[in-house]
Amino acid sequence: MAASQFADSGADLTLVGIQKRFPGFTAIEDLNLEIPAGSFFALLGPSGCGKTTTLRLVAGLEEPTAGRILIGGKDVTSTKPHQRPVNTVFQSYALFPHMTILENVAFGLRRRKVSDPVNRAHEALRLVELDHLAARKPQQLSGGQQQRVALARAIVNRPALLLLDEPLGALDLKLRRQMQLELKTIQEEVGLTFLHVTHDQEEAMTMADTVAVMNKGQIEQMGAPEALYELPHTAFVANFLGQSNLFTGEVVESTSAVVAVDVAGIRVAVPVARAQRHAGAVTVGVRPEKLAIHRDAPPADSGTNVLGPGRVIDVSFSGVSTQYLVAIPGAGTIVVFSQNREFGPISHVGDDVWISWNVEHSFGLADVPDEVQRFAGDTDTKSIAAQRREALIAELED
Amino acid sequence: MSGEGQAGTVVAGLFETENAETARGSRAPLPRPRRWSPSSWILPAYAILAFIFLLIPIAYTFIFSFNDSLKSNISWRGFTFDKWLNVCAVQNGAVCEAFANSIVIGVVATVVATILGTMIAIAIVRYRFRARSGISLLLFLPMATPEVVLGAGLAAQFLAFGVPKDMLTIILAHTMFCISFVVVTVKARVASLDPALEEAGRDLYGSPTQVFLRVTFPLLLPGIIAAALLSFALSFDDFIITNFNSGSVMTFPKYIYISASRGIPAEANVIASAVFLFAIALVLVAQISQAARRRKLAKQG
Repeated sequence: MAASQFADSGADLTLVGIQKRFPGFTAIEDLNLEIPAGSFFALLGPSGCGKTTTLRLVAGLEEPTAGRILIGGKDVTSTKPHQRPVNTVFQSYALFPHMTILENVAFGLRRRKVSDPVNRAHEALRLVELDHLAARKPQQLSGGQQQRVALARAIVNRPALLLLDEPLGALDLKLRRQMQLELKTIQEEVGLTFLHVTHDQEEAMTMADTVAVMNKGQIEQMGAPEALYELPHTAFVANFLGQSNLFTGEVVESTSAVVAVDVAGIRVAVPVARAQRHAGAVTVGVRPEKLAIHRDAPPADSGTNVLGPGRVIDVSFSGVSTQYLVAIPGAGTIVVFSQNREFGPISHVGDDVWISWNVEHSFGLADVPDEVQRFAGDTDTKSIAAQRREALIAELED
Repeated sequence: MSGEGQAGTVVAGLFETENAETARGSRAPLPRPRRWSPSSWILPAYAILAFIFLLIPIAYTFIFSFNDSLKSNISWRGFTFDKWLNVCAVQNGAVCEAFANSIVIGVVATVVATILGTMIAIAIVRYRFRARSGISLLLFLPMATPEVVLGAGLAAQFLAFGVPKDMLTIILAHTMFCISFVVVTVKARVASLDPALEEAGRDLYGSPTQVFLRVTFPLLLPGIIAAALLSFALSFDDFIITNFNSGSVMTFPKYIYISASRGIPAEANVIASAVFLFAIALVLVAQISQAARRRKLAKQG
């Protein structure tokens, strides 16, 4: 059995055409994914996007309706969880309350009959700096300590693949930052493949080498955090990963260098290489911190996009930066982040201002943003079906 | 009767302490605004009366286990330890035989009902299957049905199928009504068990058997023990269902009931008192060990 040996290093994970249906709805539709060995991979998405289901499929806690799962090139689709060289850090930690910390950590080693489980468990506890608490029970530990025990319990088995199911969700912000750094350090030290599931975009970007943004059971875009942030391909990614200002218009100019769209009579350009579509209605976006705010109309320049005049409708000062909301007729409300290089805000509510940004900072999306995105009405057939299903489950549980 | 006289003394003693406390209270630095308001004595008096009401039968049973009685054990004839020392001597050991039968029936019925009930409880909470809620409801029925109906119905079936009534029929009857109580008790425990714990066990290379033995079972154990104790208590003192299905086999409650007409021997009081003291000792040990563990935990910080 593969699980009886320690993995020398991480293994790669390949998902081929995975589909998972639950009675009444489909959680994952045709998912293909390849995670190289030794990488720190984050699956990012809103709740209900299928990311936790993906993780459970890899762990073997759910069976896919269709498709194959390969770990280190070996097909494990039909094997049981205890036969897979995979360990999970659960969202609720799932430490065994009736065992000491040491026994919790040694559990996997004892099941696989690894020699000297106690010393190896102590070693893993030293790695997370909790060896002095080895004799305690889980409920005597704080949340952060429990999280580290859960991590030690998983990595002590040297799995080829470590799955993390929002393990930092229950921690407060400061502890979460600290744990993020620790996790990253541990991953580099032990060289395992980490698959991290989270809905926290900042967490995903800080920790992972590669981030895959998931939506409605499919991967929208995958890449290095900087690439995803600077060049989102879809409206969902542009809005889920940070904030974006999006403008939709018909293409009015298409050269070898730039594509320009018409937004309420104003030309907004995007480099050809940064646009996913070059004809028809195209959505151009820009990140709020790339924008500059001007009190006088800036001179027209082919390398700069200028919008305005517009009216400042809100200013919120947050110390390191100031966020302005500028209403521009025809272009909607635009968010601008401006660093406080001067004392206090440079513009006030009611001021008439112009917005400009470097054309190079624009990105062109492959799709057009959905007007009703986050808070869709719940009267369509799909959500009624979902509500019915929930009601049925609640009834079954009674 | 002197028994009641003794109980009276105990009661008087309780009242004296109460009076003493009231007196001490009145001497406290802050005098109460209304010294004899009804609220200051109605509640304590009610509590004391309630306790007397609850404890008189037990006190009577315990005291009369020391009665130097002859045939019947109704009037006080003097103090003796004889009955405690020679419990099995009376009526060729009929009391002890009945007691032993009750223990055997209780233990066997408890073991069978606990095993079956635990399995049912896990199935009902963890799996979705057809008629699941219907089965839950049906399992409640034996608890809601009057015992006379259960006992008579079962007796009629045994008669119809020509099953001779002996220990086995009693054990079957007791197992039947104990299962419901086990299911209800263990079900609550299973429902409160985080499924992620079992998943973690499977994820950490535990085969299904290992996960059950190392994770599920130890975590359910408190609930299972509670269910087993409840089953044993129910089985041990059941009279109605037993009486319908026992034939000539004597159990302890049945023995007491039958001998009540011609005077219960003091040995029965001895056994009843011993069972009571054993139960009290069990509770005390549990409480003390729990307190000790809490102190130990507090010391660890």
